Amino acid sequence: MDYSQFLAMKQEIGLLVVFLLVFLYDTFMPRSTQKGLPAFASIAMLLLTVAGCLGCCLCSCSDVVAFGGMYETSPVISAIKNILNIGVVIVLIQSIKWANGEFMTMRRGEFYELLLVTLFGMYLMISARHFLVFVIGLESASLPLAAMVAFDKNRYESHEAAVKYILTAVFSSAIFMMGLSFVYALAGSLYFENIYGALFVSSTSTMLVIAIAFVIAGIGFKLSLVPFHLWTADVYQGAPTSVTSYLSVISKGATAFAFLVVMAQVFGSLYAQVWEWMLYALIILTITVGNLFAIRQRNMKRFLAFSSISQAGYIMLGVIAYNTLGMAAMMFYILVYIFSNLGAFGVIGAIENASGKVSMDDYRGLYKTNPRLAFTMMLAMFSLAGIPPFAGFFSKFFIFTGALQGASVAIYVLVLIALINTIVSLYYYLLVVKAMFISDDECVIAPFRSSCSERLGMWIALFGIMFLGLLSPVYDSLIDLSSLSSIGMYFIR
Amino acid sequence: MSATIPVLILAIPLFMFIFLGLAGKKMSHLLAGILGTLGMGTVLVLAYYTAFHYFFSGDPAFISEAGERLQYIVFNQTWLQFTDRLVISLGFFLDPISAMMLVVITTISFMVHLYSLGYMRDHHGVFEKGFQRFYAFLSLFSFSMLGLVVATNIFQMYIFWELVGASSYLLIGFYYTKNSAVSASKKAFIVTRFADLGFLIGILVLSFYTGTFDFTSLTSVPVEGMANVYHVDLSTPNAVLGVFQSSAAPMFMGASVLTWALVLIFMGGMGKSAMMPLHIWLPDAMEGPTPVSALIHAATMVVAGVYLVARLFPLYLMEETSLVIVTVVGAITAFYAAMVACAQIDIKRVLAFSTISQIAFMMVSLGVARPEFHEGLGYMASMFHLFTHAMFKALLFLGAGALIHAIGSNDYTAMHGLRKYMPVTHWTFLIGCLAIAGIIPFSGFFSKDEILSACGNYSPLVYVWMSMVAGLTAFYMFRLYYLIFWWKEHKIPEGHHAPHDQAWTMSLPLIILALISCVAGFIPFGKFVSWNGEPYDFMAHFDWGVASISLLVAVLAIILATVMYRKENSLPEKFKNALPALWDWCHHRFYWDELYMFITHKIIFNGICRPLAWFDRHIIDGTMDSFAILTNKASELIRPLQSGQVQMYVWIYIIGALLLGGVTVLCLI
Repeated sequence: MDYSQFLAMKQEIGLLVVFLLVFLYDTFMPRSTQKGLPAFASIAMLLLTVAGCLGCCLCSCSDVVAFGGMYETSPVISAIKNILNIGVVIVLIQSIKWANGEFMTMRRGEFYELLLVTLFGMYLMISARHFLVFVIGLESASLPLAAMVAFDKNRYESHEAAVKYILTAVFSSAIFMMGLSFVYALAGSLYFENIYGALFVSSTSTMLVIAIAFVIAGIGFKLSLVPFHLWTADVYQGAPTSVTSYLSVISKGATAFAFLVVMAQVFGSLYAQVWEWMLYALIILTITVGNLFAIRQRNMKRFLAFSSISQAGYIMLGVIAYNTLGMAAMMFYILVYIFSNLGAFGVIGAIENASGKVSMDDYRGLYKTNPRLAFTMMLAMFSLAGIPPFAGFFSKFFIFTGALQGASVAIYVLVLIALINTIVSLYYYLLVVKAMFISDDECVIAPFRSSCSERLGMWIALFGIMFLGLLSPVYDSLIDLSSLSSIGMYFIR
Repeated sequence: MSATIPVLILAIPLFMFIFLGLAGKKMSHLLAGILGTLGMGTVLVLAYYTAFHYFFSGDPAFISEAGERLQYIVFNQTWLQFTDRLVISLGFFLDPISAMMLVVITTISFMVHLYSLGYMRDHHGVFEKGFQRFYAFLSLFSFSMLGLVVATNIFQMYIFWELVGASSYLLIGFYYTKNSAVSASKKAFIVTRFADLGFLIGILVLSFYTGTFDFTSLTSVPVEGMANVYHVDLSTPNAVLGVFQSSAAPMFMGASVLTWALVLIFMGGMGKSAMMPLHIWLPDAMEGPTPVSALIHAATMVVAGVYLVARLFPLYLMEETSLVIVTVVGAITAFYAAMVACAQIDIKRVLAFSTISQIAFMMVSLGVARPEFHEGLGYMASMFHLFTHAMFKALLFLGAGALIHAIGSNDYTAMHGLRKYMPVTHWTFLIGCLAIAGIIPFSGFFSKDEILSACGNYSPLVYVWMSMVAGLTAFYMFRLYYLIFWWKEHKIPEGHHAPHDQAWTMSLPLIILALISCVAGFIPFGKFVSWNGEPYDFMAHFDWGVASISLLVAVLAIILATVMYRKENSLPEKFKNALPALWDWCHHRFYWDELYMFITHKIIFNGICRPLAWFDRHIIDGTMDSFAILTNKASELIRPLQSGQVQMYVWIYIIGALLLGGVTVLCLI
């Protein structure tokens, strides 16, 4: 066996090293130093991220296919992994305060180990070129998450959320597997390349369409596309806030990219014929239903759950665009979404840690007691809603531009619907801002000082919200990367 | 010529505006005023230097071998590029009229800055509220006006044109707690803005057909038979106006497109220069502080329209119709304003209408200027009159300001007999009156005489008409003079002290301007300014016949005014009773304001605005509201889907997946 193939996996190996370091720290360091674990994990992850970004920028690595065609890496794939790493760093920093809480003493290490394992699974999903690897990645990105969701073992909602998550996840995996077995039956292989080749020559059959629908449903579950989204709100609400923020941005971002890869490299030849219309319907449903539910939510975490459903619909615009511009826009959207959503979750987490309040009604008059938190929340909401000059505006703008390259009436209608939904979303995002700034009622949350780690996390998020859109090199380099990517070959209508 | 000084001429006022605007509140009133005045003083020196350099240095860039004055672009920075030639730039343009305007603007502006140090405080020396703001706005205005006159292209001129409009708005509404001032500022802004709409369309039409905004390319076009207008470079896109010269010149509604463009541009000029029927804002603009009236509404901004026509004069020459329109509008306005000025009580209003009338003189003069009559005397006369008028009208306004400051009222009925108390004001005001009436040797005599000569060359009708207006001018000015300074003075109530002359900061500008008004007529103006840059021999065209007739008319009018108003008598009353309708119409300014009110309130508001408002409220807002209601309803409707039961979730999941596949299958097969 050619061991140099492992060199291609350097990001996975790096992550594994971080995991092992955290594991060793957890196991062998004396109890008195255990409080340093969260910070240690954050720093290790930060170093990995910096190394990854530098590696991405400095060496112009080409596309590598390793392990008999089961694994692939390319500059675009490294870039999306780095984007995920950045998000994970922020999540880790934001979770330091929570992880050092009273009831976490015994299980602090587990949280970080589980989290890193799921991240490893996501890496595999993104890099997989064989459905076996893909399923392993998908499952290792799902099952540990159930444990993480149940982490608040003193809270009833946390258990309920975990049970709901595991049940629906298992069900969705079953459906996904069924879809895969259909595909196998038709193509006789689980290699992406072989399936693509087989489907390219065969005619569309009922079985194939059902198979594609099941695959989309299986991945759509992780992306919480409507109607596979029903677990989202309960799980987001019940899970600890750090887990929720991880679920909402990292898990979603990774799956979105993996989805694009699968749809292009496996079912690419059937885009116009079959799955464009499936995705078309799903996007309209996702954006609209997510928005309609978000309007009525009073619990901040539930509210952000529905907002993240509708955001997933916008991310899918980058898939339906089906061109390199759309892919770049989608990656940029994920990056910006990571910063915006983590900004919001940072504030929610800080407030929850300090006062235990998560209802929107409790946020009334927050501006008077905690002006900085209110301001951060406002900018995060503006960015999520897509108000210029914050990053969210540019990411929405680019993803619409990418989608409009399709230049068909149907796409125009789709973008129009997405635009109208932006207005609806503006309403509920501004509800939060209104509660914080305009309400004259009594202030519920007393002034408090958030911890250093929380503030650091929010500062990073704020920085991204304010400057990502204005710094054109970020988006430009993503466009360069994706236009050179080998996935681009599959974008044939 | 290096660009440093021209840049400073524009930069200093802009800087003063920003500096005083931001930091003014932090410093004392006096310091802000002195800083503003010093800044303007510096600009004055620089502008004088620039103008002097331009006229007298003999630099080949400014004057050709043959003694022709040339256009010179000091710098021209591209700002917005549409096509290769259609470029909006910001630059600094020197030619005879812009150099002259630099002198006029900085002189008057400096005088006003100085004067306001005394005027903008009450009798106890306490500064008015917002004193710093006042100086900041004055600086803004000076910057905008300087930028306007040195514009290298018509679009830069338009930008600064709007800026002067905005600063005029700010200064008219300076006393923003006064209702009348606020409505006057709004009126000025809206009326001039409406006129500028025409200007903008005109610019667009012109640039669409010529493909350029540049004054040099626009004006350096050989009109048939006069190939050497300015320095024509025959290789440059003279196709510019070839468009209009060719027999296939584009037409629109019976007139050539060029005529339309020029008339629309002239509409902008009519708005700024208060020509009928867009004059209604100027009398109301007198609500602003008097120094502002002197600076903006007498000497500089209101002549921008004249300047605009003069700037594009070679273009106007190409279209006889447009010049006729300029003449007719000017002639009617001149007469109308002079009539109205005879029947006003507020002294600033008299001066305002007199300003309208005098600007109309300049317009007429441009309108009748033809190269074939006395080598374009009218153009030179117009610019000459602009120059002298700026000086003596600023003098009159500042004098009026001194009176208002002393008396505390704008009505002449509250004044009477002030010559004993305020000798400086009296003498300087008298010089101003003599100058505007056109009495030799004051400056107005020379410039007005040349305008009348030019009119006489063009058509006897215009000549007679304008001479009549000149007579009226002398009459109403001396009516005002007598009513203010003669008659029996009012009794001074116990405990009040008598009105007295003002502080030196106010007197000095009066005296300087009076001196200028005495001697400005002897400036050999034609040597510096003429329509084609060639020196113009003034005496060769001086018409003694016209001069003596106009002098005679002026003297007769003054005698009439003396008879009627020298002492309190019943003559004016009798006159008024003999022609009640005439008095009424003149006093009410021929009911123009009422006509405008009727048109806007009754016709436009009811006919257009109300239906639009209804449409907005019910159709547009209604659509939006129903969207919101619909969204809410839909949200309510799908709420049960999120039941919280996992069985339900899974059901919906599987149904969704099957539907997704099933519908696609049905569609495909």
